[in-house]
Amino acid sequence: MKDRSIHILNFVGLGFFEPAIRLATGEEIKKNLIALFKKVLLPLLSVGLFLLLWHSGATYLYNVEKDARIEKALTDQGAAAALEMRTCIESGDISCQPNTLPSPAQVWTAYESLLADHMVISDKKTAFAEKVAVTNAQREAQGLAPITYTGRPSFVDQILTSLKTVFAGFLLALFIAVPIGIMLGLSKTLRSSVNWLIQIFKPVSPVVWLLLVFMIVKTLTRGSDSDSSFIISFISVGLCSMWATLVNTSMGVSSVDKDYINVAKVLQLSVAQKVFKIILPSSFPLIFTGLRITLSVAWMVLIAIELLAQSPGLGSFVWEEFQNGANDSNSKIIVAMFVIGIIGFLLDRIMLTIQKFVTFTEETA
Amino acid sequence: MAYIELRNVSKSFGTGKDRTQVLSNINLEIEEGEFVAIVGFTGSGKTTLINLISGLLMPDEGQVLFKGESVTGPSHERGVIFQNYSLLPWLNVRNNVGMAVKEAFKKMSKKDRSKRVEDYVEMVNLSPAIGKLPKELSGGMRQRVSVTRALSMSPDVILMDEPLSALDALTRGNLQEEILNIWNKDKKTALLITNDVDEGILMADRIIPLKPGPKATLGPEYKINLERPRDKAALNHNEDYKQLRNGIMEYLIQIGEQRASKKESNHVLPDIKPRVKITPFRRISFS
Repeated sequence: MKDRSIHILNFVGLGFFEPAIRLATGEEIKKNLIALFKKVLLPLLSVGLFLLLWHSGATYLYNVEKDARIEKALTDQGAAAALEMRTCIESGDISCQPNTLPSPAQVWTAYESLLADHMVISDKKTAFAEKVAVTNAQREAQGLAPITYTGRPSFVDQILTSLKTVFAGFLLALFIAVPIGIMLGLSKTLRSSVNWLIQIFKPVSPVVWLLLVFMIVKTLTRGSDSDSSFIISFISVGLCSMWATLVNTSMGVSSVDKDYINVAKVLQLSVAQKVFKIILPSSFPLIFTGLRITLSVAWMVLIAIELLAQSPGLGSFVWEEFQNGANDSNSKIIVAMFVIGIIGFLLDRIMLTIQKFVTFTEETA
Repeated sequence: MAYIELRNVSKSFGTGKDRTQVLSNINLEIEEGEFVAIVGFTGSGKTTLINLISGLLMPDEGQVLFKGESVTGPSHERGVIFQNYSLLPWLNVRNNVGMAVKEAFKKMSKKDRSKRVEDYVEMVNLSPAIGKLPKELSGGMRQRVSVTRALSMSPDVILMDEPLSALDALTRGNLQEEILNIWNKDKKTALLITNDVDEGILMADRIIPLKPGPKATLGPEYKINLERPRDKAALNHNEDYKQLRNGIMEYLIQIGEQRASKKESNHVLPDIKPRVKITPFRRISFS
């Protein structure tokens, strides 16, 4: 039971819980205490230190901004206005708060308010769904499209939209890059003939991809009034992120161990069998490394692309909050930043776990 | 006509200035049921020779004949045991062997095939490890799997490319005996490439030294008329064995020295001396 759970934890990349479990069963207490300290307490300590630095930095910036405001009131409107401004700021009134880097506490409050906002919106949605249930049933019978909720999306909705976009983009990259990568890996002629194109397109910035996709999709969807921003953003995400998989796949396929190829020859495997039984399995580690890079790149560029494409999601959330300039906008941006970071980390862990499942580990001898 | 025949075979690698002839003018005849060992130094082109016979490589000049026909590519009839086992690391023992069986016996039913795999794995005493991946096996066990894979296709010839050179002495001795036992059952034609003269004498009917490359050719052959089964411990006191061993060793040492002296004469060292610039010590003062 214990060994099994430790094995599973290590497998999914949560190995740092291992000493805690071993401690709980009273195994080699001293050794495991040290391990626990190194693997859990030290990282926690560094997080704490980071928060402390952040807090003091934010306080400093807050004071700079506050002094500047009071100074400005003094020069513009005189001493009375300055005093009023000072009392206003110190009372915590929203209308006159300095706008700067928020402190950890403010970010936490913003996070809570975003969650509360989500609750309110989902309540509204269920209420709306109940209200239009009868009408929608009628409309469906008449062959009309149902009435959908068109209100403002909550933060959680934005996260889900972003995830949807990134997965669509990732799948697009997968279905384009892996087959092409395999073909390129198998044929040296093909590889050298498209090498220049790949080298040129690989470093192109996400923004340019977005504009390129925009040009094409705009013309293709001419006449239809459906919102093409989702299509544009997921295609751009796919095109930006597929290069790592493409290059890794072709490299993996082209550099299969010569011994394995000799085995295939001696066993007289057919071409299809050689590809599926020897070449693909042996290049799986590299293909998956490519896919992992692709997913993390996809998640990274997604934010920028959503921001520019005006397609809903975390990117546009960040941009809207920045444009909004409300009192807690900065805090919300920071919340989004952490959410983006944590989700990116989780996605990578998921890919790593899948990779461990489907690939062999190199011989240790 | 010989079972396997090499006629004036030459093989070169590289292009232009870097082109080196690895094997030059090799002539070899192996009769059916014969066990031939080829001994030579590392880098003398032994692997190239076996790849030519297996069909993985094609000769630049000359002909490789098998049963009187020219070899055009690898075939199930010539099983190869590779030096570095070459097991597929993502398949367990059963599937590594099963892949070969499936290819060699396409018409066999699934049940018969898996029976065959199990029988052959049993033959090398690996049944308990049949579900294990190559990385979970020791070197000796891996080479056993490799031997099983080659034999399970029931080839007419077994080509062994230094199969035991990466193993420790004890495992090596055991595997030599195991391979000999298996060979004894149906006396298939076998070609063993090795760098160990003792191994050659213990296992083969004939030993042929391969002169060191580049332009390696075969040396004079030594017939081994020791009775089978040969016992390794007893052989050490056998006068015939000692004589044979010393003869081959002396020959190898002799051609080894020839190569060494040849190499030295190839390099003319430039007559230059380093110029030493003497710098006076710098005084370190603590003021």
